[in-house]
Amino acid sequence: MRRINNPQELEKIREEILTRRDPNKPCITICSGTGCHAYVCEKVTEAFRAEIRKRGLEESMDIRTTGCHGFCERGPVVVINPEKIFYQRVTPEDAGEIISETLLKNSTIDRLLYTHPQTGEKIVREDDVPFYKGQMRVIFGNNGKIDPTKIEDYIAIGGYSALSKVLTEFSPEEVIDTIKRSALRGRGGGGFPAGVKWESCRNARGDKHYVICNADEGDPGAYMDRSLLEGNPHSVLEGMIIGAYAIGSDEGYIYVRNEYPLAVRNVGIAIDQLRDCGLLGENILGTGLDFEIKVNRGGGAFVCGESTALMASLEGQAGEPRAKHIHTVESGLWDKPTNLNNVETWANVPLIISRGVNWYTSIGTETSKGTKIFSLVGKVNNTGLVEVPMGITIRQIVHDIGGGIPGNGKLKAVQTGGPSGGCIPESLIDIPVDFDKLTEVGSMMGSGGMIVMDDRTCMVDIAKYFLNFLKDESCGKCTTCRDGTRRMYEIVDGITRGEGRAGDIELLEELSWVVSEASLCALGQTAPNPVLSTIRYFKDEYEAHIKDKRCPAGVCKALITYLIDEEKCTACGRCKRVCPSEAITGEKKVPHKIDPEKCIRCGACIAECKFDAIEVV
Amino acid sequence: MDSQAINQILQKHNYEHSSIIAILQDLQEKENYLPEEDLEYLSERLPMPLTRIYRIATFYNAFSLTPRGKYLVNVCLGTACHVRGAARVLDRIKMYLGIDVGEMTKGKLFSLETVNCLGSCALGPIVVIGNEYHGQMTPAKVESTIKKYRKKSSRKKDEKD
Repeated sequence: MRRINNPQELEKIREEILTRRDPNKPCITICSGTGCHAYVCEKVTEAFRAEIRKRGLEESMDIRTTGCHGFCERGPVVVINPEKIFYQRVTPEDAGEIISETLLKNSTIDRLLYTHPQTGEKIVREDDVPFYKGQMRVIFGNNGKIDPTKIEDYIAIGGYSALSKVLTEFSPEEVIDTIKRSALRGRGGGGFPAGVKWESCRNARGDKHYVICNADEGDPGAYMDRSLLEGNPHSVLEGMIIGAYAIGSDEGYIYVRNEYPLAVRNVGIAIDQLRDCGLLGENILGTGLDFEIKVNRGGGAFVCGESTALMASLEGQAGEPRAKHIHTVESGLWDKPTNLNNVETWANVPLIISRGVNWYTSIGTETSKGTKIFSLVGKVNNTGLVEVPMGITIRQIVHDIGGGIPGNGKLKAVQTGGPSGGCIPESLIDIPVDFDKLTEVGSMMGSGGMIVMDDRTCMVDIAKYFLNFLKDESCGKCTTCRDGTRRMYEIVDGITRGEGRAGDIELLEELSWVVSEASLCALGQTAPNPVLSTIRYFKDEYEAHIKDKRCPAGVCKALITYLIDEEKCTACGRCKRVCPSEAITGEKKVPHKIDPEKCIRCGACIAECKFDAIEVV
Repeated sequence: MDSQAINQILQKHNYEHSSIIAILQDLQEKENYLPEEDLEYLSERLPMPLTRIYRIATFYNAFSLTPRGKYLVNVCLGTACHVRGAARVLDRIKMYLGIDVGEMTKGKLFSLETVNCLGSCALGPIVVIGNEYHGQMTPAKVESTIKKYRKKSSRKKDEKD
């Protein structure tokens, strides 16, 4: 694209793009986020391209590979525009039929439509699918409309008009005032007011100021930042440039998690495009603003999501946090004033500027405004990314949007906030989701992971899982975090192995207090949360493990036995064939048996049995 | 790796000490791990004390100081995969390959590693072998899934595991 020298030229280019485009021209959009890549969506795209070429239809329809649509459970997802016909689990073999039936004859293919799980009704349009219906996709929704590698697509939907508005109509102080009045809180976990942070950084003394985008999304089970950066990198970059103008910075960094190659690629492409057309570099839009952005890949250390550790890593050091007696807004990267926000926070900025503070603050609760993107995963029917207004209940997210629990399972708890968060029991799922309410019940918002757990999930095992994670990811600087999490892990591990003793729960609580009080950074300070929240709400499960040497959920290997129900067993022999330890015996037509001495409780037989004949006791 | 290739990486990063993580990432991309002699060469050329290079290389999980096999078997242990039984899948893989996490099979065909989350939670439990994703894994599927790679490799007569 040619260079854009001033705001007028930007509007002219936007007009040109829009006149070139016919909104009624059929367009096949194919989700190409990392989730759909795992389903090999690129083969679907290839099949569509080949089919269109074969039939010579290049002029009459477009193909667009977009970022993540969010409904990962049903990938690869294909949406036919302008009608927004929603096809799910599309294979390369379906491409020809979709073109001949839907695009040429205007009829839908029932087999590929989403079926309402309760009513059995086939749903045609994307917006009518229950998964999307309950959402408010003001940030994430654009992912499905644009090709993230094409800046024209972003400009066509109004991209960079917020930047242009800010540079021509706002002083830096006015931008900060706008963000403050919007009450935007940091989406990375802490929930600190973004406008206040910007102001402190702007006012901090120094010859150079930095802005950083934290894309080191480390919470297991959370991937919304990745999908935003992959699917709509320009929205994040536009937010950063606006931030740079407000704060008075000429250099920015994006620190991306090492495991996100597609995000690194797409954001790199976007930055090159911005430089080419003069929206990044010197004299942006002819307004005298200079700003550059560099992308750094992380090294796979969870602790680098913490701001001071991230900055140390950018400097080429080991990512160890430091004490924050002096805030990073005053002395951060290379000891200069530095403003760090996470991906989703930056993406909120252009939206606030374009649509106004009044609109933004009309969404959400008293203390938490706007929307939040959650990654809804675990034991839930509709795994995916959901964007909802703050204040919605967990019940609405899990049951209405998520479609409830698979199979005959019963909801037991929802874990939010990653390893720093906690487990919220089923009895509390009617609380409104916002920063403060989640903290009140012993969990936290975190970056937006929401892991659904059913009655086959052992809460002691979950506490052990997070402690194992935290003891591995502790950087080792503070003794309480390094040795405290390890000791807590050993105790909980013992409990799951049947070696729990009276007094273990009290000891865990005491250790939790020390670890959270005496550790330097948030990793250690919040490390006990998964343990404390499971003790708070599921103490009976701990006691069953310790006193009765029993795992009620049937998860902890040392405390369970596998049995075959003779009534249900049809002697088909499938379990016998997959058993790696040859523990299952039985002749044809005779119900099989498991030798508890040989059984290693790997679960292979359960997964293989078609008759639910294997019980865990 | 030959010294010229390392020099190219160093030039790309302008011999900047602050780029040490990126330099090691580029080096590892080429070699699959960080060989000792390459790190010694880096230390001389940058110049940077070898202890500091090792501090970085051992602090960050992304780096491996030991060679990796032809196929990297990466088991996702994210929370979503965990509640769907990833630990059992990992146990079965360990047993089948006869190695622990971080180790390589004798024939250098497989290395076993774990990752905290791949963000493909809809497919969980998920195992990535090479570049291919295997979703909804169960302990029972482990053997047949890994065998395919063994066959692929022996077909190419590369090596036997």
